[in-house]
Amino acid sequence: MADNRNNGEKQRHTIALLVENQPGVLARIATLFSAKGYNILSVSVGETIDPEISRITLVTEGHPFIIEQIVKQLRKLIDVIKVLDLTASGEDYVERELVLVKVSARGEARAEAMRIAQIFRGNIVDVSPETFVIEFTGNEGKINAALSLLKECGIREVIRTGKVAVLRGPKSLKIS
Amino acid sequence: MKLKGADMFWEVLIKEGVEVVFGLPGGAVINIYDSYPKYKDKVKHVLVRHEQAAVHAADGYARSTGKPGVALVTSGPGGTNTVTGIATAYMDSSPVVVFTGQVPTALIGNDAFQEADIVGITRPCTKHNYLVKSTADLPRIIKEALYIASTGRPGPVLVDMPKDVIVGEAEFVYPESVKRRGYNPNIKGHPAQVKKAVEAMIKAERPLIYAGGGINWSGAFDELKKLAETIHAPVTLTLMGLGAFPGDHPLFIGMLGMHGTYAANMAVTECDLLIAIGARFDDRVTGKVEDFAPDAVKIHIDIDPASISKNVVVDIPIVGDAKVVLNQILDELKKADVDWEKKHRRWLERINYWMREYPLTYERSDQVIKPQMVVETIYDLTQGKAYICTEVGQHQMWAAQFYKHKYPRHFISSGGLGTMGFGFPAAIGVQVAHPDALVIDIAGDGSFQMNLQELATVAQYNLPVKVIIINNGYLGMVRQWQQLFFDRVYSETDISIQPDFVKLAEAYGIRGMRVEKPSELKTALKEAFEYKGAVVVDVRVDREENVLPMVPAGASVRQMILTEPKTDTNGEALKRMRPINFPS
Ligand SMILES: Cc1ncc(C[n+]2csc(CCOP(=O)(O)OP(=O)(O)O)c2C)c(N)n1
Ligand SMILES: [Mg+2]
Repeated sequence: MADNRNNGEKQRHTIALLVENQPGVLARIATLFSAKGYNILSVSVGETIDPEISRITLVTEGHPFIIEQIVKQLRKLIDVIKVLDLTASGEDYVERELVLVKVSARGEARAEAMRIAQIFRGNIVDVSPETFVIEFTGNEGKINAALSLLKECGIREVIRTGKVAVLRGPKSLKIS
Repeated sequence: MKLKGADMFWEVLIKEGVEVVFGLPGGAVINIYDSYPKYKDKVKHVLVRHEQAAVHAADGYARSTGKPGVALVTSGPGGTNTVTGIATAYMDSSPVVVFTGQVPTALIGNDAFQEADIVGITRPCTKHNYLVKSTADLPRIIKEALYIASTGRPGPVLVDMPKDVIVGEAEFVYPESVKRRGYNPNIKGHPAQVKKAVEAMIKAERPLIYAGGGINWSGAFDELKKLAETIHAPVTLTLMGLGAFPGDHPLFIGMLGMHGTYAANMAVTECDLLIAIGARFDDRVTGKVEDFAPDAVKIHIDIDPASISKNVVVDIPIVGDAKVVLNQILDELKKADVDWEKKHRRWLERINYWMREYPLTYERSDQVIKPQMVVETIYDLTQGKAYICTEVGQHQMWAAQFYKHKYPRHFISSGGLGTMGFGFPAAIGVQVAHPDALVIDIAGDGSFQMNLQELATVAQYNLPVKVIIINNGYLGMVRQWQQLFFDRVYSETDISIQPDFVKLAEAYGIRGMRVEKPSELKTALKEAFEYKGAVVVDVRVDREENVLPMVPAGASVRQMILTEPKTDTNGEALKRMRPINFPS
């Protein structure tokens, strides 16, 4: 029954939130994370079909103990309506991230970049004599694999949206 | 009916039953002050001399009544001056609502005159805060702010009101109720958990109730007493909990933690069931976490789910309001057929042995006033009936230890943040809430100097607050640490150059007294308490007295320091010590 705050491996959790669509809500969440020393690996925010509510997908990392605190602390925020730790929920969920990569596309690299884009079902959304901008979507594994291969060609910029995630099947996160 | 924001402000406060606002005006809120005379028969305004004091006073009001305290200040420096007060209330879960003026909406972000992003600044130390966008929103937001501050786990809420919102007009719509879909505090304990808790109580041989400030906020005084008496379990309280269980009750074993009693700390160490209620396992309570109640099954009753298993992992968490959950437990206990007294007799004998062998004590003297004697004398004279506010330092710990805190909400002290300068303005708030009560600030000479400008407030409103300065000419608590852990290098803790507190009081038209001899102490304090107005008493005490017992920070209870350390440098330090003097 001793303290086990630091027991267990660090884990990565994807957390979905429904929040009031109001200025300052994201700042509150960011303040919470920095004040308590929690990590945010990625965060993405967007309006839901109800314009008064936004949905946030947040990826964080910590010992199980800390993750539990993060969820509890998020629930305490008055503007946070609903919190679901997807990773801990035991449910299946789909995770996607969109990334834009600007790669060098001169000489041999041009063909190589096109090939990698094709393999990973990326779209080339901008073309110049020197560069391509390629758009990928997928889970983390796929995106990281594409990026590591593209390194050979010379990556100039990477822009990631952060993860979005949703439960599989008919269940959904809604205000009860 | 159309109303100006400035009028809505007072209308809503009055409708919500707010009796008093502590504040200090400025440009951004001048219209609210301009409206005030119309409402002054229905709500009192107390003009403080520094905004920090407004918040501490509101906090003192809240802690002594259980109702939200309200402060009103201007933009910019008015707001930033409240931050320490807000953080103090936040750490001790006190329902304080702070209203700040703000520059006009159109100027926000322009570094306008007296602009400060007070919503941003106070985000990490408020339960919630608001920037009001339009006059029409003001009534709803004020109502929400009061509601959020005082329900669930209470805490400070700040409402920032731009000037245009205050001067603007809108239809006055007073909402009947508050609806926030993101805010639903859990009040009732889970029945299955309640059952488990009672089963654990039936099994335990060495139970200990450890209760904190949550009892005060919930008002669970009778329930706590009933529980202790029903299961015949000893009770220890945190600093914030003092008074929540009668200090003269045979089952009370004193405060626990860094300066807790030997008995309380040993009981924690040896108990097999710890029943934590409205307490949060603060590091000043637990010391080394691994050694805190190492053999105990732990029940934790708390309104805040995030408090549970934050510092110490518990076995039976119950989320809910202390009063409600305790009533559930008491109901469940009715079914138990246990001879509790018999079951816990040996345990209580053991605890009583500790209390007898290692009581709180000090070396008495008839030469020099011992600080503990001051507190004992205050108890003698008041029999626990006074409201005791404290500042922060050694005197605070002596006030906790040597006064029997018999009545709930009568001990008012900054625990979580440990804010020097809290006690005196808090005493103002307490006195305003209880005009006929005896309100005492047990102060340190250092702390009192952090908010002594409030002597003017006391003078203006004829508040009969008694400030008893336990004057050791030191930032005493820091000096104690320097003595015990830093080889007696008294680096920058000697504050023996200080004002003549008697003359200072007199300069404000308040009575000042000085006591230097043990033989004069009781008479002087009696005179001060019987005097009809405010009094500042400068009590010159033994300068190097230490607060004992002491569990050093982060150490385990077993490393408790029980007696005055005798180091061979003692004499040298005393020789170097300056007498307390007034600057010439
Ligand atoms: C605002 C603030 N600054 C600094 C401290 C650190 N501190 C804790 S106790 C203490 C000494 C307090 O001195 P005094 O009020 O004379 O009380 P004593 O310990 O001598 O009784 C200090 C400086 C604090 N708690 N609060
Ligand atoms: Mg002092």
